[in-house]
This record gives sequence, structure tokens and C-alpha cells, in this order.
Amino acid sequence: MTPTPTMTREEAERTARPLPSARRSRPRMTRAQFEERFFGVLRWVVIAFLAAITIVPFYYMLMLSVKPIDALLLDPGNLWVSAKDFTLDTYESVLKSSEEGGQGFLGMLLNSALVAVATVLLTLAAAVPGAYAVSRLKFFGNRQVSAVFLAVYLFPATLLAVPLFVMFAKMGLSGSLVGLAIVYIAQTVPVSIYMLKNYFVTIPFSIEEAAAIDGASRLQTVRKIILPLALPTLMATGLYVFMIAWNEFLFALLFLAADPELWTVSLGLQQLANGIEVSKTVLMAGSVVLTIPVVLLFFSAERLLTEGLTSGADKG
Amino acid sequence: MSTIQSGAKKRRVPPKSSSRRENRAGLAFVTPTFLVVLVVVILPILWTVLLAFQNAKLVDIQENGLFGRWTLDNFSQVFGSPGFWSSLGTTLLYTVGSTAGSVVLGLIAALALRRPFRGRGALRAAMLLPYVAPVVAVSFVWEVALSPQYGIVNEWGHKLFGWDDPIAFLSTRSYEVGLFGLHFDIPLALLTVIAFETWRYFPFAFLFMLARLQAVPAGLEEAAEVDGATLSQRFRHILLPQLLPVIALLSVLRFIMTFNKFDDIYLLTGGGSGTDVVAVRVYDFLTSRFDVGAASAQALVLAVVLMALLGIYFKFFGKKMQEESA
Repeated sequence: MTPTPTMTREEAERTARPLPSARRSRPRMTRAQFEERFFGVLRWVVIAFLAAITIVPFYYMLMLSVKPIDALLLDPGNLWVSAKDFTLDTYESVLKSSEEGGQGFLGMLLNSALVAVATVLLTLAAAVPGAYAVSRLKFFGNRQVSAVFLAVYLFPATLLAVPLFVMFAKMGLSGSLVGLAIVYIAQTVPVSIYMLKNYFVTIPFSIEEAAAIDGASRLQTVRKIILPLALPTLMATGLYVFMIAWNEFLFALLFLAADPELWTVSLGLQQLANGIEVSKTVLMAGSVVLTIPVVLLFFSAERLLTEGLTSGADKG
Repeated sequence: MSTIQSGAKKRRVPPKSSSRRENRAGLAFVTPTFLVVLVVVILPILWTVLLAFQNAKLVDIQENGLFGRWTLDNFSQVFGSPGFWSSLGTTLLYTVGSTAGSVVLGLIAALALRRPFRGRGALRAAMLLPYVAPVVAVSFVWEVALSPQYGIVNEWGHKLFGWDDPIAFLSTRSYEVGLFGLHFDIPLALLTVIAFETWRYFPFAFLFMLARLQAVPAGLEEAAEVDGATLSQRFRHILLPQLLPVIALLSVLRFIMTFNKFDDIYLLTGGGSGTDVVAVRVYDFLTSRFDVGAASAQALVLAVVLMALLGIYFKFFGKKMQEESA
């Protein structure tokens, strides 16, 4: 298994002669053949394992969400739901508003959507000019900007919580969705600038100069030339921000826990899961409701997103 | 195209006013971002630093404003309590374990999915599920699946492996295992949250490493194969050196993110059973004791420790990485 320890990459590339084991022409398997076969099998084992650990938990979630609680308690190991047990009452009960005896997830979905969409729009509005400036313009502090913005992630979010809580209380923003959106913008702007900047630097400078010669102002250039070109990246960034805002939990917990009317879906699910009065299968339906929007959005633009996120990684 | 460019270049030569204009435009363009980050991140951080040196309870700071009486009580209280040191140790274990786990599993996944096969696209998409799904939903699924009463894991463990008693994965501080006649204790709850973190973030590492793997020139490997290098040798001497910069970057990124992580542990164990990381401790000081000063001091110490670790890393490895990529 262990390769010749002293061989460096250069040597390996220089050596033209085959390895000793490959020269022997005995019927026994050579090391190369053995490895081909061994790793060939191992690869499928790994693939099966990865498929299992990523798909089974989500299948489990979906399956439990259409079962009554008795069926789960009776046979917890069952990975199947019989036709007799199958029910959609769990979804009805989780979505209905609390006045109608449900858990009110429909209202929470609306809260989550409002916060997430507002965050996406405002973050992009701030990040596009920011990324453009960082990638294109020489200005005082150009180099430092990225460093300062990335420093955001060095500090634990809990560190920001106290002052923000007090500040927002004074401004009357605590316990409001607006305050939450503002925090999310600050959390997502740096990574958005990073993603957009990576794309902006690939747009040839000459295009802009041609526009400038035609008399376009800087803002016009950004709006009419850069933005249409960057549309796919813009969408990828927006989706990523949406994902972060939709999934966020800590700040929602700190700002909104006292006010069930304003709960986001994440917060609502956690608060209800803490108690014992709501049955687990109903909460599973809640989990599905919480998960489906992000997953759908993500898969509708998977290629866009993964490319936007990892662009630059292939340059080493 | 090129003539336009060179023409434009020449026109840009008288630079004084235009460079000043560029400077002004640049500053104007970053202002919105800067303002948000200033108000919501930088000012709160500075305020936390001030609070860490004051004897502040939540009620006080609503009235006192920025400056109270200065004191070092918070720090002596933090450093003096045994809970803090064990909590810092737990944080380190958790961070190193999760970072290594997600990067290694991501690497294995990227190698396995490197060559096309039927259903690769579908699997690749499915593998991103743990990363994109909301943490509250997936942690709830894990909680139910691992539950000693109605969890599927214990049920199957009982059926397939003959476990006698259901195992409470998320609330067992140490679990005795017998192996080859030796008995030792493993921190079960901590290992479970590390497994959760590994599971949730390996797709992230996988994405980056797959992108890098696909950019490795095919000729390199073919040449080595012709020379008779076996699969493991090709990995060790050709792929690994190409991947190292990405692995290093991912490790640093994941380390920073996991070190400050709050949600995952809070949702799974609430910080109990030996999973009391500093981020959760800060939250507890805030919400159950309303001791803002002590909470700020701990958060500050956490940030300083992280920066010191990063500083050491870049001092020793940053230069090496640069030389290698140069």
C-alpha cells in the first residue's frame, strides 16, 4: 500500500522505467492490478455509503411526516409506511393557524419568506456596488476592505448578540422582522461581495471602456453592461443569501422568541420541539415544510450555485 | 477589441482628475456595505469589548449607556472557574474533530465521484442535501432517529447487533466500551455532535475538492500511469500535492466556522453531557444569568484564542503555502 517513501513528485515524473512489480510477468496479480481492483470495489462501497447517509435521513423525515404517532411508537424501526397508516393530517395540523387548533406554520412561512426575500434584495443592493468597486476601482483602502469584511466571520455571533439586542431595543427594532433582516444583511454581505467580485474580475475591462467611450456614466455601465453579464452569478449569490437567511436560527431565537406572532419557521419548529405537547410526526411534517422551499430553490439552480461558490477553487 | 482597448488606455493617461474621480466613486460604492457592517458588526464588537471590562447586568446597560465602572472582575471570574477551561477544551476537540472529519470525508467523496458513472449527477445533488437543509430540521431528524425510546437507530441496533439497552446518544457523557477485553470510556455525546457536524459540512468540502480535482490536467496522471505508478502512488504524488492548497484553505475556513458554532450543539444537546462549548456557555450566561459582563468576557476570550491559533497557523504554514504555489 505504501508507495516508495523517498520518491518525490519530480522523481516520479522523471523516472521512465516501470516499477519492479510491473516488470515481473508472473501470473500473480501485480500491485497495480491489485490496486485497480481493490479501489474499484472500494469506490462502489463508498458511493453506496454516501448515498445512504445523505438520502436516508431525508427519506426518514418524509416517511415519519405521513404517519400517525401511534404507528411510530408501535414500530420505531419500520422504514416503510403502510397504506392503512398513511395520513396527511399531520400537515393539516402543522399548517393550520393556532386559532383553528393547528401550529400556525403557514404564518411562520410567511414571516420567513418576508425576512429572507428582504435580506436577499437589500444584500444584493449593497453588495453589487461594493463588489464592483473592489474588483474595478482603485480607491483609498481598496485592499483593506475585503480583510475588514471577512473579519466579520472571526467573531462568534453570540458576541454580537448583546449589544445588538440593546441597540435594537433602544431603536424599537427588537422583536421585529426588520431588525432581524438588518442583522442578516450584515452577515451575508461579505460573502456576497466575495462571490460577485470573483465574477466581476473575469469581465474584460475593454467592454466597459467601450461603453465609457460611448458616453455611458459609471452607474450606467454597471446597470446596463455589468449586471446583465453577471445575471447568473447574481442569481447564485441571491440564492445563497436566501438559504442563509431562511435557515438562520440564533438571531431569530434572541430577537423573536418572546413573540410567537413573529416566529420564523426555524424558530417555531425548535420552540415546539422543546415541548412535549406536539407529537413528533406532526413536527416532522413541520420539518418537511421548513426544508422543502430551500431544497427546491437549490435544486432548481444547483449548477449555478455550486459554480458560483467554488469559482476560484480550481485555480488552486 | 484590442485596438479599442489600447486606444482607451492611451486616453486614460492624464490621470490626476480621473484617478481622484475613481477614488471617490470607489468609496461611494462601498459606503452602503460599510455602513451596515459598521453598525451591525464593528460597533457591537467594540461595545462588547467595553462591556467585558464592566460589571454589567442586562438591566444596567439599558440605563448606564456606554461607560460604567471599569473592572477586571469578569476576566478573573472567567479564568478562575473550572467550567471555562474544560469548556475551551471541549470547543477545541469539537472543532478539530469536525473540521478533520468533514474535510477527510469530503476528500473521499470527491475521489469516489471523480469519474462519471450512471446517476452521478443525481448523487452529487443529493449529497448537498445535508448542507443546504435548515439546521433546525436536520437536527430534529437526528434527535428523533437517535432517541432511546422511538429512534430507529436503537431499534436497528437492538435487532442487528443485539444491543441490550437503548443508547442515549445525545445525553451520555461517557460510554463504556469493551474492545479486546479492554474497557475504556468514550465521550459519546461529543462524538455524536462531531459526527453530525461532519455529516452536515462534508458536502461543502466535497464541492471544492471536486472542482479542484477536475482542473488537474489529465496528462499528468496519464504520464504517471504509463510509467507504471499505481493508483495509490498517483494519488500520493500527483493528486495530493495539487489538492493541498484547497485542503489547507478548507481546513482554516471550517476551523473558524466550527469554533464559533452555536446552533448545532444548542439544538442537539443544549450544551449538556460534555458538549458544553464556549459559544453555548456564552448564550447561557446571557439568557439565564443575564450576566452581560461575564458573557462578553468569555466571547472575547474565545475570539482572542481563535485569532492566536490563526496567527500561529499563518506564521508557520502561510509562508510555506505561498512558496509551494509560487
